[in-house]
Amino acid sequence: MASYRFNLVKRVPQFSSSLYRIARRCCSIYTTPVDTNEPTFDKILIANRGEIACRVMQTCKRMGIKTVAIFSEADRHALHAQMADEAMYVGPAPSNQSYLVMDRIMDIIRKTGAQAVHPGYGFLSENKEFAKKLADEGVAFIGPPSGAIQAMGDKIESKLLAKDAKVNVIPGFDGVVKDADEAVQIANDIGYPVMIKASAGGGGKGMRIAWNDQEARDGFRLSSQEAASSFGDDRLLIEKFIDNPRHIEMQVLADSHGNALYLNERECSIQRRNQKVVEEAPSIFLDPDTRRAMGEQAVALARAVDYTSAGTVEFLVDSQKNFYFLEMNTRLQVEHPITECITGVDIVQQMIRVAKGHELTIKQSDIPIRGWAVECRVYAEDPYKSFGLPSIGWLSRYQEPTHLPKVRCDSGIQEGSEISMYYDPMISKLVTYGDNREEALQNMCRALDNYVIRGVTHNIPLLQEIIAHPRFVSGDINTKFLYEEYPDGFQGRQLSDAEQKEVAAMAACIYLRDQVRAGAFKNENRMPLQPVNPAAWDITAIVQGQEMPATVTENKDNFTVTIDGQTLTVNKDWSIAAAVLDATINGQQNTFQCISRKGDEIKLQYKGTVFKVEVLPKKATDYSHLMPEKPKVEASGEVRSPMAGSLVSISVQPGQDVAIGQEVCVIEAMKMQNSLTADRSGKVKAVHFETGTNVSEDDLILELE
Amino acid sequence: MLVCRHTTFRGETTTIVCPASQISTNKNMAALVKHSRSLSGFQARPACLKLLRAALPRYYSALPPAAHERIGDKRRAALTGGGQRRIDAQHGKGKLTARERVDLLLDPGTFVEYDMFVEDRRAEFGSEREAVPGAGVITGRGHIHGRPVFLFSQDFTVVGGTLSNAHATKICKIMDQAMLTGVPVVGLNDSGGARIEQGVDSMSGYGDIFQRNVEASGVVPQISLIMGPCAGGAAYSPALSDFTFMVKDTSYLFVTGPDVVKSVTGEDVSCEELGGAQIHTALSGVAHRAFENDIDALLRLREFYNFLPLSYKDPAPIRTGEDPADRICPVLDHLVPLDPEKPFNMHDIIRSVIDEEDFFEIMPDFAGNILVGFARMDGRTVGIVANQPTKLGGSLDINASVKGARFVRFCDAFNIPLLTFVDVPGFLPGTAQEHSGIIRHGAKLLFAACEATVPKITVITRKAYGGAYGVMASKHMKADMNYAWPTAEVAVMGAKAAVSVLFRGDQDKARREAEYAETFANPLPAASRGFVDDILEPRMTRRRICRDLHLLSTKQESRPDKRHANIPL
Repeated sequence: MASYRFNLVKRVPQFSSSLYRIARRCCSIYTTPVDTNEPTFDKILIANRGEIACRVMQTCKRMGIKTVAIFSEADRHALHAQMADEAMYVGPAPSNQSYLVMDRIMDIIRKTGAQAVHPGYGFLSENKEFAKKLADEGVAFIGPPSGAIQAMGDKIESKLLAKDAKVNVIPGFDGVVKDADEAVQIANDIGYPVMIKASAGGGGKGMRIAWNDQEARDGFRLSSQEAASSFGDDRLLIEKFIDNPRHIEMQVLADSHGNALYLNERECSIQRRNQKVVEEAPSIFLDPDTRRAMGEQAVALARAVDYTSAGTVEFLVDSQKNFYFLEMNTRLQVEHPITECITGVDIVQQMIRVAKGHELTIKQSDIPIRGWAVECRVYAEDPYKSFGLPSIGWLSRYQEPTHLPKVRCDSGIQEGSEISMYYDPMISKLVTYGDNREEALQNMCRALDNYVIRGVTHNIPLLQEIIAHPRFVSGDINTKFLYEEYPDGFQGRQLSDAEQKEVAAMAACIYLRDQVRAGAFKNENRMPLQPVNPAAWDITAIVQGQEMPATVTENKDNFTVTIDGQTLTVNKDWSIAAAVLDATINGQQNTFQCISRKGDEIKLQYKGTVFKVEVLPKKATDYSHLMPEKPKVEASGEVRSPMAGSLVSISVQPGQDVAIGQEVCVIEAMKMQNSLTADRSGKVKAVHFETGTNVSEDDLILELE
Repeated sequence: MLVCRHTTFRGETTTIVCPASQISTNKNMAALVKHSRSLSGFQARPACLKLLRAALPRYYSALPPAAHERIGDKRRAALTGGGQRRIDAQHGKGKLTARERVDLLLDPGTFVEYDMFVEDRRAEFGSEREAVPGAGVITGRGHIHGRPVFLFSQDFTVVGGTLSNAHATKICKIMDQAMLTGVPVVGLNDSGGARIEQGVDSMSGYGDIFQRNVEASGVVPQISLIMGPCAGGAAYSPALSDFTFMVKDTSYLFVTGPDVVKSVTGEDVSCEELGGAQIHTALSGVAHRAFENDIDALLRLREFYNFLPLSYKDPAPIRTGEDPADRICPVLDHLVPLDPEKPFNMHDIIRSVIDEEDFFEIMPDFAGNILVGFARMDGRTVGIVANQPTKLGGSLDINASVKGARFVRFCDAFNIPLLTFVDVPGFLPGTAQEHSGIIRHGAKLLFAACEATVPKITVITRKAYGGAYGVMASKHMKADMNYAWPTAEVAVMGAKAAVSVLFRGDQDKARREAEYAETFANPLPAASRGFVDDILEPRMTRRRICRDLHLLSTKQESRPDKRHANIPL
């Protein structure tokens, strides 16, 4: 009977290996132990999806708390739903019908008996109404009280509160300025440089920067003229201008017993379209005094609003290390793992403890800065289109580089997952750490090289480029970094001559291996094989349109490739079937990824960017020179969808004349609208889709005659 | 072929010009030099000495000089083909010459030419033209990746590559030898058609070739690569071969050309529109695949050749593989959507299961609702047949049936195991299909699948409905291993259709559908009857198939004795 019963033991879940991997992978960094005697919740519902839901569940598992996941139609097979002890369906794919529907989530809470809710970030995490609903039902909200959410949710109110709490806010004046002298007076009070503009002008429109009295006078004159003529509103805004602004934020943690502390800063200056791309902790820019001052102000603000749980106070820091309050995020931040890496504090654990009413066991003096941590946000997006346009797809191959030391990868997906158009296209948060910044960055470089993502376009080319950029490495960064360094947009890694040869050499070796193997039949018994592999193979490698004649030789222990009189030695211990190729070229370690081999074309990922290399026998290229090149197809007059999304509007009709560059339709994907334009002038021949329909990447939307 | 080699013999550097076959090693060379000295009292002199005559055995060097010159002249004429002007014109059209093509296709230095000296014997009607070197075709044998191949390459620079009697005889000679030795034949077609001046002699040539094409069918693989015009009767030789490939923009296949079409039907049509690569690969289904240009076509043909056994006596080739046979493919667990209405891309499954994502697809642009092509499993060639749900929901129509049937028969003829991936909702309904004879054509696929005795492994990924289930290498046609994924549903039809028949007028259709789905929309009914041998976790598919293929490599199966079967053509 005993053995019979043994068979009834719950079947090991199919995805167990990846679950264990996830559960295991980041425990080692925490120094805050779990006190099993301390009372805690029995069951927590995570009102979120993706990586953050998985992240929260890991800590729950660590603390022995049962978890409830909610999932939408699109997330039926998602990792977070598999990982939870219970998973409940919450609604159709669009988040406003699923993850944002409070009533449904409340129903699920009642059904499952969850005692607390962790909202993650986004969705309902900063929704005071949701916090209130939970409170009404006696369910704990793992986050700050709704009063604090409300206070910090309003931009104006939060600034006033900050001012009262003696937190630095950007000094400024908003009102009618009598004359130029008064403007100069105000500017001097604020301190140069100042920014002057018409109050009514939105954004950076008509903004003028003054560095001295004379410029302040000019600025006053021009801006007040503009204010009167353009807006009919005399008011001017004179505000401290933050030059080379850095985005640095303080992680705070507070309990309901009046304890509040800061877990040091994170620098998040590398941004595009105000979205963070690369973050690090600590900041290379802060000295201990500034750090302490910033931390203390952040704590003061938290106390001022009776904050509990984890929160983040964001500051702008100018080149003189003056810092100014920007806003406070009353939730767990995306980039919290880097803080965990350098402090050893499991922030989610503390949030859960605080929500249960426990006192923080750590003190400010306990919080170290252990080494350095860097986080890259790996997105499913095309970095060559305005630093990242969302792409969707299906991960045909996916391997996180967590086999490498000092790498943490927070993700909510696995091989086979689909990145859908309904949610944030983040694939993962790749975090590396080390004893110092240099080591952390080196680890990041290696981790990015070893990260295998196939099936969706991703931004690793851009991340790898940032990590290796001399200006980033030196620490000279600000929020405009990407726009300053890549004014014409990101173009991928520009290979030096030496690097180009390395890429060509690697492709040549792959080609040779494939050719030799092509003749290695194992069962040609009737007619003995007569392979005649030449001692040296004359080939041509075409890298980025440049023909590079080369000679490749296979030796006992390595390959030698001679290109342009230069000899490169390439090791042999890699397989052409593997995704990641660890090559040693002339003694130098290089990591390549073989993205695809098709015909003569080998796609190699090298230092983040994918290069297409054509390798042909030399005689083939010799022959190709005898023949005229086939004419290239000219401007197609076709408008194809650059990504999957829904057609918001179509502004032309068949028969209508359009000019080159004219907008013909707008596609919305991942809450972004993209305008598509005609690539030549002509008459519209046909429109193949209707407004409101969904299109896939590369769908033909419209044709010109 | 003549080669020039430098060698050092007794401290002196000597240049030797002689046939390649005679000096494969330096040792031979030294012996040769020594030999020739003793024969003719020759004195070796320092470098760059032409030693052709001296370095060869006596009987050859003893010929009168005039004969040597004549042989040399003929050889040179054959090597230059139609002359520089025509060669340039050939290049100008984006085409390589016949010899350049042979050079690219074969392993370096392996080409052995036959009948270089053949010329057309008779004075031709109305032609005062000079002798036709090589009769406008180059024939011979060589190696592709170390394995032998017979080939002919028509030379468009020589009288437009037109087919004379001698031309045809040359082709027949290599085809005969290919059959005798069990070595495939590759034809590189670039011919203006029949040599009109030769009249019936030219016609007889075509007939002789056709007869050999048919005799060789099933004995050795025959591959035609159309690299220029191939019109009239000539078009039937590729049609009789196993695979017809074309080169985009420069090759045409038609029975009657645009001029004749214009005069007979009044249609104004260009060569490209009438019989270009696009037409034949996407519309007519005459050609199996098209390539970008001559170079691409020849290099891809080398890759393709590697998948094939040399003859029906040889097993499917096994190559050293680097992709682990026991590789687990987690991605397969996620590929099949639960919603039966939602398509998935069968290519994703194939790519994941096979070695190194290397799938040589046959007819990729024709009848896309079925995928066929060659791949390897643990290094062993397999033929893949799979329904493609993204096209017509993966249903079988006339074109798909014919495409699948021909491929299955090729694999069966040449010992290539068949791997079938099923997601088929049935045969395509409609008057167009019924009136065009879907029954007759669908039967071809059914016939081919039943007839095949090579190892047959079938994986039901999702739908296997109705008669189409039977056709897709089911257990009932003696497939060796049949697997179902947990998402499989083997049934007469889908839930919706079944309920509308069984419960006509029932108000609670949704409940009935759910019941039906509960009963049939899973692999258990089939598995409990033994119609599938196992229900397989998708991720384990590759591993299991590799093991099965290893076992099945010794499979022996014979069918009742007969003249030949009568496939419903």
